[in-house]
Amino acid sequence: MNGVHDMGGMHGMGPIRREQDEPVFHERWESRVFALNRAVGAWGKWNIDASRHVKELIPPADYLRISYYEKFLIGMTELLVASGLVTHAEVESGKPARNSKKATPPLTVDKVTQLVVKGVPASRDTPVTPKFQVGQRVRARNLNPSGHTRLPRYARGKLGTIERDHGVFVFPDTNAHFLGEHPQHVYSVRFAARELWGEQVPSQDAVYVNLWDDHLELA
Amino acid sequence: MDNTRRGFLKAAMTMAGAAGNPGYAQAQAGSKGQATPSDPALRVKSLESLLVEKGLVDPKAVDALIDTYEHKIGPRNGARVVARAWVDPSYKQRLLTDADGALKELGYGGLQGEHMVAVENTASVHNLVVCTLCSCYPWPVLGLPPVWYKSAPYRSRSVIDPRGVLREFGLELPADVEVRVWDSTAELRYLVVPERPAGTEALSEDQLSMLVTRDAMVGVAKVSAPAGGGR
Repeated sequence: MNGVHDMGGMHGMGPIRREQDEPVFHERWESRVFALNRAVGAWGKWNIDASRHVKELIPPADYLRISYYEKFLIGMTELLVASGLVTHAEVESGKPARNSKKATPPLTVDKVTQLVVKGVPASRDTPVTPKFQVGQRVRARNLNPSGHTRLPRYARGKLGTIERDHGVFVFPDTNAHFLGEHPQHVYSVRFAARELWGEQVPSQDAVYVNLWDDHLELA
Repeated sequence: MDNTRRGFLKAAMTMAGAAGNPGYAQAQAGSKGQATPSDPALRVKSLESLLVEKGLVDPKAVDALIDTYEHKIGPRNGARVVARAWVDPSYKQRLLTDADGALKELGYGGLQGEHMVAVENTASVHNLVVCTLCSCYPWPVLGLPPVWYKSAPYRSRSVIDPRGVLREFGLELPADVEVRVWDSTAELRYLVVPERPAGTEALSEDQLSMLVTRDAMVGVAKVSAPAGGGR
């Protein structure tokens, strides 16, 4: 979707504010949101692409105003309700519905290390023929889906070169909508800075974007 | 595809086979937009107690996750990788061609670093990492990202004006250096291997690792030699 989250190339967002000796979390609630998000994700009711998309759906003014962990909180709450793990009434009251059965959490403390060390790989062993070869000139397709996509606006319609084939991965543009993983090759595509931004930028500079087969066409 | 929150969540519900109550989503998607948020600390406390009471989360697992990212996983991991690459050319070669394998040799990998790529800064090439679409960051080697990395100013400008961004960080690159910006749009995560500063020949691998900063491994800084050559 052409949302404000897709902000690569925008101006006017202000200076970059850095903090000396920044803590990992600024407030306790941020750490709880961070970890709760992982813990409820272990139910497998949604995937990382859906959790990204639900945050993209936060209205643009709010998206820019609120913090990273507030977006986490909103996204997680919406997915919890949408998946039926909790109800709206339960979120409002903070109490389980009277007849609700107590569940057994999938992410127990003994499984945390395994989650952290193994992660959740998005690569797939499915044999898929790559549509493009290293060195080929490609054009990022001019796609403007109203749903989730990992093809940023600034690259659409632009010419680039396949620099590296990273193998087969889940396709977020469908997976975020629970429309299947559609595994396909992911590449590093090199776009000359001038192709993206015009003649005023240095000729040797470049932006590398990871794109999937379905984002690209032969130039 | 339906681009409304209600539409997305309805689809999410259907596909997850759940019979959730869409009231909250509908309230949020109404003409007033986002429900007025109260203090997030209170909302989180209430949500956590609900999730624990329903048996949906194990509070000890939540504690363990926080402890992991507050105390165990951070940029010292990446610094050790960089120092090894500086002292061991064959390790550096492996890191640049098969980052996952090379990181595993030192015991690093996993969540939000399942698929790693290492890129090397040299006298003629400078690499900079960003995630314009969200805030993807290589957790196993750098820990969780700082606020500036997740901020709109950094995400928006890094791709269109990397040299200006670097200037804000106090780094002025020569005009003839090639700047490569890596936008983390997939599940690949990037580690920048900074240049080893001159005058550090006498330092041990451990001493070298102490010089390597988080910012240098994101590509917004260079590594400086310690005053007096670190002797």
